Amino acid sequence: MAPSLIQKTERVVQSLVTMKTIDKAFSGVPALRSAELEIVPGEVHALIGQNGAGKSTLIKILTGVYRKDSGDIRLRGEPAMISSPGEAQKSGIATIYQELNLVPLRTVTENVIMGYEPKMLGGLINWRAAHRHTREILSRFGIDIDVKAPLGSYSTAIQQLVAIARAVSLDASLVIMDEPTSSLDDREVDILFGVVRELKNSGVSVLYVSHFLDELFRICDRVTTMRDGQTVGTRKLTDTTKLELIADMLGRNIEEIEAAGMTDFGGAERQLGETLLEAKGVATGPRLHEFDLTVRRGEIVGLGGLLGSGRTEAARALFGVDALTKGEIRLKGTTWKPGNPSDAIQDGIGLLTEDRKAEGIVPDMSVRENMTLALLPKLTRNGQIQTGRERELVESFIRALGIKTANMDQPIRELSGGNQQKVLLARWLATEPDLLILDEPTRGVDVGAKLEIQAIIRSYVERGFGVVLISSEFEELVEGADRIVVLQDGYSVTTLQNPGVTEDMLVRAIAHHHEAGHA
Amino acid sequence: MPGTDAFDLRRYLRNDTRSAGVWIALVALILFGLARYENFGGAYNIVSFLNYNSLFIIISIGMCFVIMTGGIDLSVGSVAAFTSVVAAYLSPYGLEVALPGGVLAGIAFGAINAFCIIAMRIPPFIATLATMLAAKGGALVISGAQTISVDWGSNFTKLGMEKAFNILPWSIVIVALVAVALWIVLEHTSLGRTVLAIGGSEDASNLMGLKVTRAKAFVYLLSGGCAGLAGVFLASGFGAGQPLEGIGWELSAIASVVVGGTLLTGGLGSVPATVAGALLLGLVFNVLNFENGRGTISLSAYWQMVIRGGFLFVVILLQTRIGPSQKEVG
Amino acid sequence: MSDNTMTSDKHGAPMNQQSVVRLLRNNGGIVALLIILAFNALFTPNFLQVQTLFVNISQVATIAIVAIGMTVVIATAGIDLSVGAVMALAGALAPLIFQSEFGTAYPVLGLIIAFAVPLLVAALCGLFNGVLISYLNVQPIITTLILFISGRGIAQVLTNGNLQTFSNPSFSYIGTGKILGLPFQGWLALLLACIVYWIVTRTIFGRYLLAVGGNERAAKLSGAPVRTVKIGAYVICAFLSGIAGLIVVAINSASDAARNGNLMELDAIAAAVVGGALLQGGRAPIFGAILGAVIIQLVKYTLLANGVEDEVALIAKAMIIVLAVYVQQARKE
Repeated sequence: MAPSLIQKTERVVQSLVTMKTIDKAFSGVPALRSAELEIVPGEVHALIGQNGAGKSTLIKILTGVYRKDSGDIRLRGEPAMISSPGEAQKSGIATIYQELNLVPLRTVTENVIMGYEPKMLGGLINWRAAHRHTREILSRFGIDIDVKAPLGSYSTAIQQLVAIARAVSLDASLVIMDEPTSSLDDREVDILFGVVRELKNSGVSVLYVSHFLDELFRICDRVTTMRDGQTVGTRKLTDTTKLELIADMLGRNIEEIEAAGMTDFGGAERQLGETLLEAKGVATGPRLHEFDLTVRRGEIVGLGGLLGSGRTEAARALFGVDALTKGEIRLKGTTWKPGNPSDAIQDGIGLLTEDRKAEGIVPDMSVRENMTLALLPKLTRNGQIQTGRERELVESFIRALGIKTANMDQPIRELSGGNQQKVLLARWLATEPDLLILDEPTRGVDVGAKLEIQAIIRSYVERGFGVVLISSEFEELVEGADRIVVLQDGYSVTTLQNPGVTEDMLVRAIAHHHEAGHA
Repeated sequence: MPGTDAFDLRRYLRNDTRSAGVWIALVALILFGLARYENFGGAYNIVSFLNYNSLFIIISIGMCFVIMTGGIDLSVGSVAAFTSVVAAYLSPYGLEVALPGGVLAGIAFGAINAFCIIAMRIPPFIATLATMLAAKGGALVISGAQTISVDWGSNFTKLGMEKAFNILPWSIVIVALVAVALWIVLEHTSLGRTVLAIGGSEDASNLMGLKVTRAKAFVYLLSGGCAGLAGVFLASGFGAGQPLEGIGWELSAIASVVVGGTLLTGGLGSVPATVAGALLLGLVFNVLNFENGRGTISLSAYWQMVIRGGFLFVVILLQTRIGPSQKEVG
Repeated sequence: MSDNTMTSDKHGAPMNQQSVVRLLRNNGGIVALLIILAFNALFTPNFLQVQTLFVNISQVATIAIVAIGMTVVIATAGIDLSVGAVMALAGALAPLIFQSEFGTAYPVLGLIIAFAVPLLVAALCGLFNGVLISYLNVQPIITTLILFISGRGIAQVLTNGNLQTFSNPSFSYIGTGKILGLPFQGWLALLLACIVYWIVTRTIFGRYLLAVGGNERAAKLSGAPVRTVKIGAYVICAFLSGIAGLIVVAINSASDAARNGNLMELDAIAAAVVGGALLQGGRAPIFGAILGAVIIQLVKYTLLANGVEDEVALIAKAMIIVLAVYVQQARKE
């Protein structure tokens, strides 16, 4: 905690929400430690922090999804017991989730009025009143759409506004928005901000969670920063710089970051092999617009950037998961059109995915079966898996990577996170891809395992392969990568060359406004 | 949501012609029949056609509600067979007793389904498959594996014969009334809208604070009740409780529901279009019968099953094709 | 190899606490089996006789063979309701072929074709199911419902609904023959179980099968051909159903398209689930399916032998299915 960072606001009005000394642990692991949050009526309050800083836990406690272990929550000064999402709604707290909690197949009106439909005599729904009510609320936001059309026939932006309309029509006094702009284009963001201002003018408070820092300065009044389950502080956005926010989020000293020049790189040229992969102007969905990357044999290229900058999308594009809408990829000198993962594997690319549980492990399968899943075609003769070779190979990887498992036939779900991750790393190392893409290879892994994994990656490139390393941890990038390509909002904006890159330089590059980069 | 990765929900939803197809096909087939067969438009054909198909219409409407929540009810055929036996046993006490008795027996099976699915959290197809088996066994047990003749002396058999207001048989009038009532429930009550919302997204419905459990229980009870009513019609129409009937009825019902534009995954659906779907399927058989009569084709009764399956197949193909193909057009 | 023992579990588990739980889970089936056996030994007249064993083996074989296929399909988180109809179709085709003019003129060739064509048709049914499910993303229940009804319809159309009786000892061997004094189809079921077990545990297809069922996204991102694997599962299931259909016809020396395989989908699902298959996919206990089939058969036999009506046995079976799935769901949570 850095109390000096907290700027007490002059409070003329009673605060709407006060959360104090909130503690929450999940099976013994603390997620929140004495976290605090204060929101006054009619303000747009931002909540920021790195992954795992505790933002979403704090919000879920406020909205009744989780229960706090200890601490004090007050609504309009009164102690509040919020034990379910329904109760939160009743006390005027509405949440607009990233994954919209609406029913796209049903009409706009239904999505706004379901659960408290206006009734006629005899208990039938008064559709005329319902449509009129919905139109009225939406017109306050400056939206004029056919409310009888299915919600899913409109853009994500409109759907979000409908979610907000539902909240407003439920007389919400606090609307929580979780990454509302992550899938919106610029024009849609403008519309959304118009609605946020409209909410504010009518006295509704907004808690705005976002990792797009530039946005906060456009729309928010105050910002609370969290790190490691604690509240770092609350600032007025008018007296704050972006660099200060990043320093808060990362727990770094602002002077050091500013002192770090951006000229000090260069250093000794490494002996590098031929160019392995060249991506030019690659774009996929709404989150990757223009991405350039060159990887040569024998080097680790880091992808740096804040959450949502397009790092994971870049990895998916290179592996053939998402189809390219623009740009070109050349692999080993020839044009390469990624079709699907199995093609990419055959052409010598591997991708260690970010989401270990959803896209990595097959929980009921053994360590052995998980490890050889991508290698199976090469382990097979006449359709039969050569179990002898398989066991030898698995044995050697278990030893080389120091995987702690009772034996290779233990189900992978019984292993610790770090060991699961090593098995998945081995899955890809075993296929010996020319280019190995690692998306957050050390997330959720303890320090020991982390160092081991980093050493494994280094020794892999020394054998003449190339690695793309994606990480939210700047330390890992600075120490582990030979070059770091910095991404912002779906654009690759600059490249930092090691040796000589410091974390502060990287932070500066990420914080530096990108307009010059791709305009 | 149906379809492939390329499925474009937005375009799919903008397309209002989803259930128009069934109406067009229905009208086209009726015109075809009127033009080709002399007796097609005759009162006898119309009444007997509606009378026979009232069974399927009522079952399809119940199934429609279940499918709109994203569930399925495979037990309807067996349950109808069971309730036909119940109704036959109750027929000496008159229609006043046999009709509600049969419907209640169906609702009882619906309650078993609802309990298994909601309280025991068993997947709907497993739960209703088991009920299908139990109802079949039950029907055989209480009937001693015999058809049970109804009491011809009571007013029970009048259900399908005596005409209401001298226009249409009571059975058709009852089906029409039930259909209209359920149409209103679906379109104009919170319960109906909740049914659709559940199929669209059960999680979202819960978070919106809708009464999800109540609506889910309702659809299975309703489907059971509809199957029960169909069983009553069956017993009344054929003059006997038929413990071995009902095979493949669930398929007909599912096909009718889907051809009416209801998404198999739930969230979209319409009662009138489902009725149209059931009529269309019935009309296909009606036309085939006429062709058989003319001697142009000679199809044995066994073709019924094949045609039902083929019909469902075509409907499914159409439903999954609509999304992607329209994307190409746009 | 040490993990090669023929347990119904695919992992040769080490003896830690969790594997004890897993062992108990398997033994749940065995315990149930022992209870049924003990009950019969005490209360069912003439239970402990060779004749009883024969009757049960010859009847359990078809359930077991289909249950093996169902287990493979359930491993992909799918379901196949069409197994009974495919049995009827295969069973209807065989006598049509060996009783045709061609079949009587060339008995040996006719016999071979009488086996080959029905099984090929059965496999095609599986292909139909698999393609609809994997390429058009239609839910397995709906897809297989199509053949569930029309497959039997086709069989009845082909035979015009007639009972086809025949006398063909060579064909009937698969239903009435004996090896080492035990019914042929019992051995066949065991052989097929071993083959499918081998496929599931030893081949690339089997490995992908479990991966697709266990975590489809992870499998896809690791290069598994998800669609091909799903199609393969339905083809295997349909092919095995075809074999079972032929056996039933051979036992009766008659083919009745209306009754062959009727309600088999329920027996097979019950056997697979009782044997430890997870409806969520990712597990393929092949020998568990055999155990499940034996339990289902013995329950049926017990009820019949103790004077309980056939129809009540249906209700009992329905309860077993619901209970087995319920226990499984509860365990998962």
